[in-house]
Amino acid sequence: MSGETGMPPTDFAFTSGNKKLAKAAVAKYPKGRQASAVMPLLFLAQRQSGGWLPTAAMEHVAGILDMPPIRVYEVATFYSMYNLGPVGKHHVQVCTNLSCWLMGSDEVADSCRKTLGVDFGETTEDGLFTLSEVECLGACVNAPMMQIGDDYFEDLDVTATEGILNVLKGGGTPKPGPQGAREGCEPAGGLTTLTEKPEAQGERSGEA
Amino acid sequence: MTERVLLKNTANPDFHRIDACLAAEGYQGLTKALRKFSPEEIIQLVTDSKLRGRGGAGFATGLKWSFVPKETERPKYLCCNADEGEPGTFKDREIIEKDPHILIEGMAIAAYALGVETGYIYVRGEFDFGARRLEEAIREAYREGYLGKNIRASGFNFDLHVFRGAGAYICGEETALIESIEGKRGQPRLKPPFPAIEGLYGCPTVVNNVETLACIPHILLRGADWFKGIGPEDSPGTKLYCLSGHVRNPGVYELPMGIALRHLVEKHGGGTHSGKKIKAVIPGGVSAPMLPESDLDIDMDFASLAAAGTMLGSGGVIVMDETTCIVRVAMRTIGFFHHESCGKCTPCRDGLYWASKLLKRLEAGKGKKGDVEELERLCGNIFGNTFCPLGDGAAMALRAAIKHFRDEFVYHVEKGKCMVS
Repeated sequence: MSGETGMPPTDFAFTSGNKKLAKAAVAKYPKGRQASAVMPLLFLAQRQSGGWLPTAAMEHVAGILDMPPIRVYEVATFYSMYNLGPVGKHHVQVCTNLSCWLMGSDEVADSCRKTLGVDFGETTEDGLFTLSEVECLGACVNAPMMQIGDDYFEDLDVTATEGILNVLKGGGTPKPGPQGAREGCEPAGGLTTLTEKPEAQGERSGEA
Repeated sequence: MTERVLLKNTANPDFHRIDACLAAEGYQGLTKALRKFSPEEIIQLVTDSKLRGRGGAGFATGLKWSFVPKETERPKYLCCNADEGEPGTFKDREIIEKDPHILIEGMAIAAYALGVETGYIYVRGEFDFGARRLEEAIREAYREGYLGKNIRASGFNFDLHVFRGAGAYICGEETALIESIEGKRGQPRLKPPFPAIEGLYGCPTVVNNVETLACIPHILLRGADWFKGIGPEDSPGTKLYCLSGHVRNPGVYELPMGIALRHLVEKHGGGTHSGKKIKAVIPGGVSAPMLPESDLDIDMDFASLAAAGTMLGSGGVIVMDETTCIVRVAMRTIGFFHHESCGKCTPCRDGLYWASKLLKRLEAGKGKKGDVEELERLCGNIFGNTFCPLGDGAAMALRAAIKHFRDEFVYHVEKGKCMVS
């Protein structure tokens, strides 16, 4: 749907499923405040367009929300999660911010470059992968990390990074989250704080 | 203090489900609030607890709530700031993913106290898993009658929605967050008017952080005196500290406010992962000025850190060992702020562009004589001259790096290479 001919699509309309989701998004906001739904609608349009926002999609959203198209372009160009050009099927975003850098994001980024054969800002020839550098994704505890599509891949090293990318290359689904043994943000060495049995506590609303 | 408060249930992998919450003390704080307290009494209780906002600024929560006009024709709104993006911070994610109902309950209590009928949780766009967890939890809360119309037969109505951001750090600033919910670019507004008077859609609005709101049900159940009994007198309660960087055990640690930074890093964090000496620690996310190793004997609370010229911020503690190049840390940090500057104020937009460019040159060994002084001059032109604290945070972080490690910057200029690596 994107760029096979090298030209951006000139028309766009939500599928009936997305139309329903768009309506539900608009309903979350007070009457007359439908512009509040511009960001969720742009996400829907981006997903439908294969991961990026052609101008026609932005204009469709503007029409639904009764906004001047320029107001929609302003939003789409301000927020980094909207892609204004085609991206690969798997958008690989490597965090290189402070905590990730301290823990080896340079090696993770190099491993991505080597495995995919592209640099930051480039897409592989088969259209399967786009590689990007990204600012802090709020997963410093599991540094270094990267995001692919909707999922976080954390506690990475070179082997884990190559493994994940190779699974995707083979059409598989790699396990998201921390690549080691821990769950989410829990301390790497197990709990160290407040591990004692709680003391008897004060008032409870048992009568609730 | 032996009790976990905010994270006491996160070890239970099913606690994001309402059944597990209700089997513990889930929503009992809300039920108690609705049955036994007037809205004014809840605001008083939160004021008495001395709870201070956990998002970074540390503003007194009860006081913030008291600014909202009681008698007004306009609707009022409650927004939860879950746009967690300060590098080094990952505490709200832990609550959102593992105990989303405590946040929903805290918001419902706050909404009742403030006379709010609609709330939004602004979750950073990249937290896909967390946003889906919250949406599912909200559906469950509606189903069980803790959200929606006539909650627990009290006559109180509250609708809650998830709003997903799209990758802009600046939207963690409360007025930028409000602009974003209105469907605009996330650019901060001039204050005053403060959101409590004119916020979302020009209506009275309270914006509170996830961790702040998660404290509310506990304060309702156990009282202000219990809360005040934890940690220092002027900023009580437990705090979620985020440990990352060169540390053996990175993680989210719940400890009383005011714990010593060295104790946190060395005892709980296990020291550096390499066993090498600590060089510096950032105590509260990259906006917070770094402290050299010699200054780590400091208490982690708002007042103590402010007295040392830095801040508790979001509680994002980043540890750097002796092999770390501080010039590169400064380059990466300022590069981040430059990327995230919303572009509204010239000192921040252009100042950070130049500072970032200069630091890249310095880091690459191509610095010129006078560059360090030029960086300091840029900081002076940014600090205090912008609508929001983003520019201030960048300037403070850079100033601290130069102040404590000036010799490294000078070495880069004079020798054209790094002192440590």
